[in-house]
This record gives sequence, C-alpha cells and structure tokens, in this order.
Amino acid sequence: MGFFERLTKIDRRIVFLIIMLSVILPLLLRVDFPITVTKEVQNVYDLVDELPAGSTILLPCEYAPDTMAELEPMLFAILRHCWSKDINIIAGLFYHTGVTLVEQEILYMAEKMNAEYGKDYVFLGYRPYPAVVIMSMGQNFRQSFPTDLYGTPLDDIPMMQGIKNYANIDLVLTINATSGVDQWIIWGRERYGFPFAIGVTAVMAADYYQYLNSGQVIGIIGGLKGAAEYEDLVNYKDMATMGMSIQSFAHIVIVLFIIIGNVGYFVTRKKKGPRL
Amino acid sequence: MSFDPGVWLAAFLTLCIFSFLYKDNPFYKFAEHLSVGISAGYGLVIYIRVTFIPIFIDPLSRGQWHMVPGTLGIFLLIFPALIGILLFSRFSRKWAYIARYPIAVIWGIGTGAAIPLALQNFIVRQLQATIVPITFSSWQDLGSLFIAVGVACGLIYFFFSKEHKGVFGGMATAGIWILMIGFGSTFGFTVMARVSLLIGRVIFLMKDWLGIIG
Repeated sequence: MGFFERLTKIDRRIVFLIIMLSVILPLLLRVDFPITVTKEVQNVYDLVDELPAGSTILLPCEYAPDTMAELEPMLFAILRHCWSKDINIIAGLFYHTGVTLVEQEILYMAEKMNAEYGKDYVFLGYRPYPAVVIMSMGQNFRQSFPTDLYGTPLDDIPMMQGIKNYANIDLVLTINATSGVDQWIIWGRERYGFPFAIGVTAVMAADYYQYLNSGQVIGIIGGLKGAAEYEDLVNYKDMATMGMSIQSFAHIVIVLFIIIGNVGYFVTRKKKGPRL
Repeated sequence: MSFDPGVWLAAFLTLCIFSFLYKDNPFYKFAEHLSVGISAGYGLVIYIRVTFIPIFIDPLSRGQWHMVPGTLGIFLLIFPALIGILLFSRFSRKWAYIARYPIAVIWGIGTGAAIPLALQNFIVRQLQATIVPITFSSWQDLGSLFIAVGVACGLIYFFFSKEHKGVFGGMATAGIWILMIGFGSTFGFTVMARVSLLIGRVIFLMKDWLGIIG
C-alpha cells in the first residue's frame, strides 16, 4: 500500500484520538483565539440592552443535558445581561427532560446575580404540547400555567401582577434545541406579533437564517460560537469563550484531516485511472 | 479531584460512552440502556407531577378550575380527559376502533390550525423575503439578487419535465452548486455542534472531575 493510499485509510480510532488531543491540549495550554461578534448575535444583544429596567422577557428554555454544552453558556450570558439591567425573566419549557437542569441553571445564576424569585424571575415549569400551550399563553399565561413549578398560583407572585399574555411581554427569547422554534414562529410570533429572537444549537442555526432574512426572527445566537459572542458583548468571558478557543483549534485539525483525505483520494484515483 | 459521588458517576458514564469510539462493548451498552431507561422514567414522573396533577387532579379534587369557574369549568376539564382516555381502547381488539375518534379530533384540530399558519410562515413570508425590490443602491442589494437568483436556480434543478440543457441546464447546474454550498454550511455547523459537545464533556472531566483546570 502506497503512502497516498494509506492517507485514505487512516484508522478512525487514530482520527478520534487526535481530535481528542486537539481538544485537551489547548485546554491545558489555554490557547486563546479572538472572537468576532456577528450581526445576528449583536441584534439580540441590542434588543435586550435597549429594554428599560423593569421590562419582562419570556425565556422558554427547551433543551436537555445532551445539548447543555452549547446552550448552558448561552443561558448564563443572557441571564447575566438581563439581571444586570433589572430585566425580569419568565422561564418555562416544553421539553420534559430538561426541567431539573434548567431549574438548577437558573437557580445557580440567580444566586450569583442576587436575583430574587418572584421579583426578578419566575419559573413556570413544564407543559406538554407546545402548539396548544403557546396559543393559550396568547390568551392568558394562567390557562396553561395556573401555578409556577413550585405550585404557587401566578396571581400570588408579585412579578406576575399585571402580566396576562404576550401583550405584556417585551421580548420572547427561546433557547432551544428542538423543533420548538418552528412552533414559536408558527403559533406565537406570527399570531401575536411579539419581538422574537432565538438561541439554538449550531446544528439548527443554519436552518433558521431564512427567518432572519424575512424578519420573523430578530436575532440568532447559534451554538457555542453565538454564546461566546454574547459573553464578549456582556464583557464576561466564561465557558463559551473558553470552549470556542478550543473549538477553533479542533476545527484546524479537522480541516487538515479533510485536506489529507482528499489529497490521498485524488492522487490514488489519478494512479488508478478514471472511474468507469 | 472531586469527592462528589455524583460527579464520579457522571465521569464513569461519560467514559463508558466514549469507549464506543474504540469499539462496541458492554460498558457502552450499559450506559446507553441506563440513559434510555432514566430518560423514560424521568419523563413519566415529570408528566405526572408537573402536568397531570396540577392541571387535572388538583382542580378536579377542588371541584373548580379557576379559569372557568362552575360546572362549565369542570366540564372543560373532564371532557378532554375522557376523549384522551378513549385512546387506551387500542389495547382491546374489540374496542380498538374507538381510538380513531380521539385521533380524529387531534388530527382535525391540529391540521386545521396548522395548515394556514404553516403556509403563511414557511411559504408566503419566505417568498416575500426572497422577492424584494433591488435598486443596486447598496451592497445588500447584491445579496438580495443572489438570493433571488439562487432560489430560482435551485427550483430549476428540481424541475424534471424539461431536459437540463442550454441556459436551462446552466441554471440547473448553478442550482446544484448553491444547494451544495447550503449543505456544506449545514455540515460545517453540525461539525461545530458535535465538537462543542465533546468540549463540554472534556471540560467536565478535566475541571469538575479531575480538577486539572481551574
């Protein structure tokens, strides 16, 4: 087997090992790559930043532990931004395996930012069938969420006084790893016309740029890269910034593997002659 | 290094899953089955505790649904529940046909509500965003022109009633290039997402478990 043929037949376990090393080494050596803020993330930041103190953001968090690596830093950066500007948060979710995770994340951030439950934020908990819940929330949040996650009637929560439906919300910003984004666009954004922005996993991000172009979505925070950009904007470099520096290094290694594989393929194909 | 048993368990299960990268093995299978089982069990508990009890059982036991007080409120609670219970008739061969009624209700309401809104959002609004006035007064107009031409070429590629030759064939070829660029972009995002997940786990192992990094 010639050199170039070997290049096309590198054992996948060697590739995995090198990718793993390309993640571990920059983490140990603290390699730092610059982060450029994109327009779609800047849009979300500007929208939140321009809200006056006392505004309310509805923050549906629809993800589970399998995507927390991307979306948890995003949630932290957004909560940090909102609470530093005294913006109230109503969190809820339509994805059952994420209830405890999201609750813990919000509690963690609330403790760090001295946010008070019932005054600065409320956690509505989980409800199934997003389409129905999104529509019913357009009438009254209390239809689908008569109580919060802890069983307190919404009317007894100070922050919820005067908040009936989307008309009392300044922005809906969903952090989402599911097709729930489509549900929010169809049943919520178009029907009730509230300002709408999304934070999604990188896998999903490419699918939602069309909604940015059509104005159905005001901004997109896409994956760990988007989260790192948001951290940069709120001037608090955290897990996403650290992750993106590692990611840049891993991407270089992946691109090298793609080049090596293609060089091997084209050279061996030339030697073997044209395909029949 | 962490002394939290939960962190050790999470680290062990992470390594069990990673072991599949070498080859399939019992540790991987154990972690995989555990994940599926716990997800199902957790989901069931959440459904019952966070949804079924506060939305159905509690108001029923109090005899009042606060959104619509009185008999009508109770009816609005019980009637949908009865329709839902009919789904369980699937377990009996004799009565299985009854399950078609709740399914018909779900499909009817879902389809009736979804079709107009889906058409409006996914087709009409996208068409509006594609066909915008182009005045060549800014660089953005070039982007708008590229989107319009790209959509046209992409659609032509999928038009098979005319042979892809000449100008038509050229546009179809441009269409496939645009599609490939789109797929490439999506694949790039997918790689980024997967590497992000790996980074998340590696940070967990090195920070929370081993304490190597601060």
